[in-house]
Amino acid sequence: MNNQETILKISDLSISFKTFAGRVNAIRGIDLELHRGETLAIVGESGSGKSVTVKSVLGIHAANEIIDSGRIDFTYQDESGKTVTRNLLEMNDKQLQKEIRGKHIALVFQDPMTSLNPTMTIGAQIMESVLRQKGVTRPEARQRALELLQLVGITDAEKRFKNYPHQLSGGMRQRVVIAIALACDPDLLICDEPTTALDVTVQAKILDLIKDIQRKKNLTVIYITHDLGVVARVADTVAVMYAGKLVEKGSAEDLFFEPAHPYTWGLLLSVPDMDENSDSLYTIPGSPPNLLKPVEGDAFAPRNQYALEVDRHREPPMFRISETHSAATWLLHPDAPRVEMPEPLRRRIDSMREEVKNAGK
Amino acid sequence: MQANDQREVLLKVENLKQYFPISRSYTVKAVDDISFTIHRGEIYGLVGESGSGKSTTGRSIIRLYDPTDGKITFCGQDISGKMPRDTVRMLRTKMHMIFQDPMASLNPREKVMDIIAEGIDIHQMYSSQEERREMVYAILKKVGLSKEHANRYPHQLSGGQRQRVGIARALIMKPDLIIADEAISALDVSIQAQVVNLLKSIQVETGCAILFIAHDLSMVRYISDTIGVLHLGHLVESGTTADVFEHAVHPYTRSLLSAIPRPNPLLEKDRPIMTYDYKTSGLDYSQGTYHDITDTHKVLGTDADVQRWLKELA
Repeated sequence: MNNQETILKISDLSISFKTFAGRVNAIRGIDLELHRGETLAIVGESGSGKSVTVKSVLGIHAANEIIDSGRIDFTYQDESGKTVTRNLLEMNDKQLQKEIRGKHIALVFQDPMTSLNPTMTIGAQIMESVLRQKGVTRPEARQRALELLQLVGITDAEKRFKNYPHQLSGGMRQRVVIAIALACDPDLLICDEPTTALDVTVQAKILDLIKDIQRKKNLTVIYITHDLGVVARVADTVAVMYAGKLVEKGSAEDLFFEPAHPYTWGLLLSVPDMDENSDSLYTIPGSPPNLLKPVEGDAFAPRNQYALEVDRHREPPMFRISETHSAATWLLHPDAPRVEMPEPLRRRIDSMREEVKNAGK
Repeated sequence: MQANDQREVLLKVENLKQYFPISRSYTVKAVDDISFTIHRGEIYGLVGESGSGKSTTGRSIIRLYDPTDGKITFCGQDISGKMPRDTVRMLRTKMHMIFQDPMASLNPREKVMDIIAEGIDIHQMYSSQEERREMVYAILKKVGLSKEHANRYPHQLSGGQRQRVGIARALIMKPDLIIADEAISALDVSIQAQVVNLLKSIQVETGCAILFIAHDLSMVRYISDTIGVLHLGHLVESGTTADVFEHAVHPYTRSLLSAIPRPNPLLEKDRPIMTYDYKTSGLDYSQGTYHDITDTHKVLGTDADVQRWLKELA
């Protein structure tokens, strides 16, 4: 993956929110790199800062949001075909709107009912974004909108064109939202919990659709999700967030078969196992820290049964485990005592490996 | 759950129909002729996609709707038609509901204490204020909250705590049946597991039966003894958890199971998913009858359909 072109590079991003109670340090120093054509999944509990991170990529900021530090470098081809790299945090709203949003980076929201305009036909809504491109006439835009509807798998597009959002099912609506996102041929597609509001059967179809389009157009996709099953199905790389920091990142295989951070262990264990019967579901004890207060040491330490003394005082750096895999936990320090992952997780991973072997891969 | 038949039947639903007339010529058949039984102390999982009628079923049973047709027997009494006053009283004390969104279902202007005590207030189940307080404290403890929470308002609680209040409110009446309508869908994953653990421990402790309505199959599999699969208002398959998850017969159930993403990236990437479309499948649910696959396992279909499915699986 390393010889590929970097499309997005987030370095040392810190964001806080001014509230009545004080400053909430929502994002506390994130480094992330994404290559063209890659699929990244960001997982974490609600409040861990997943959405804030990707919204800052698009320059969607709350009124009380302060960017403390960092840069987001995005590489794209401008209108003359020249490859440029720009720091998105330095661009103002007008520039972003003109050059980046929709054209190069598009966003698919969680709930298709709230992201579509209920008073416009879906055809008009897709055409709206197509028409924003320069030099497109209305008949051309209409043609393009029809093609997009077909691309996202809507049958009899001609007829559906005149429908309003409420006349479509949830899955259909999400397809329309995806069509709108794809209207200007973006390089990067951000999907913020794209299937949470949908049924499993529909979810599977939407995920396959995004995968299919990605292959056709060499799209780069960022998924935000908390469903580890979805992550396994779509992601090349996975980033686990906790309390505004990345605690572990690596390829999907690294994360699912060789998880290194105790928080990732907890996440994987809390997925109900389809093949095993146990008396109670595993839950990570305690609750996430209050980010109003400065975090001392590792934010996860109070909930972590494997925490070392040093975890309470010093923040662990990212330790490199392999070329693709790194995690922020003192357990990986050469002087740390050797700690194995919990036994039930080990068993589960072994049975997953067994499954893979049986499938002949 | 082999001993199913020896256990006392708590709720019996026979040929329940719930129609909603939209206009003179158009009626939505939300629930169309379904039958099932829930035994005392059993957790019955009702699954299906949105619009399949699973919430409607729950609401018809607790009589938030007036069923169009069919018979519902609860604790040996008929609760489907017009009910005498005693029956209404029995139903309102013995059957309770937990709703999906705890923020929307709890009164924001009442304290937790009064929210929980509302049921016992109405039915005058205490003799002094002291007793009322003690009852609330006891139930708070049971759902994993502390006494201090009693004086808070819902907005001062986290999502998981709010849902615990929802459960406490149902539990204080010592119900025989709790209907949990998507009770975990609005919660964060890490909280979902806590609430599911709580529901299961309550069922073990108090022996109360739960009708667990959800669309998340992995949670349903984990919590339920018996599962019913609804599609388009018809109960297409029902059986013990093992029957449905390991020996599913109906093509809809099979497609539903195959759509669950599994956390194994090496296999999950290219795992094909079974698709099922009622319109093109050539099936007609209203023609089907229930076929017994085993004692506990039933599937809806015509003789020929069921024969064909069984052959496909063999």
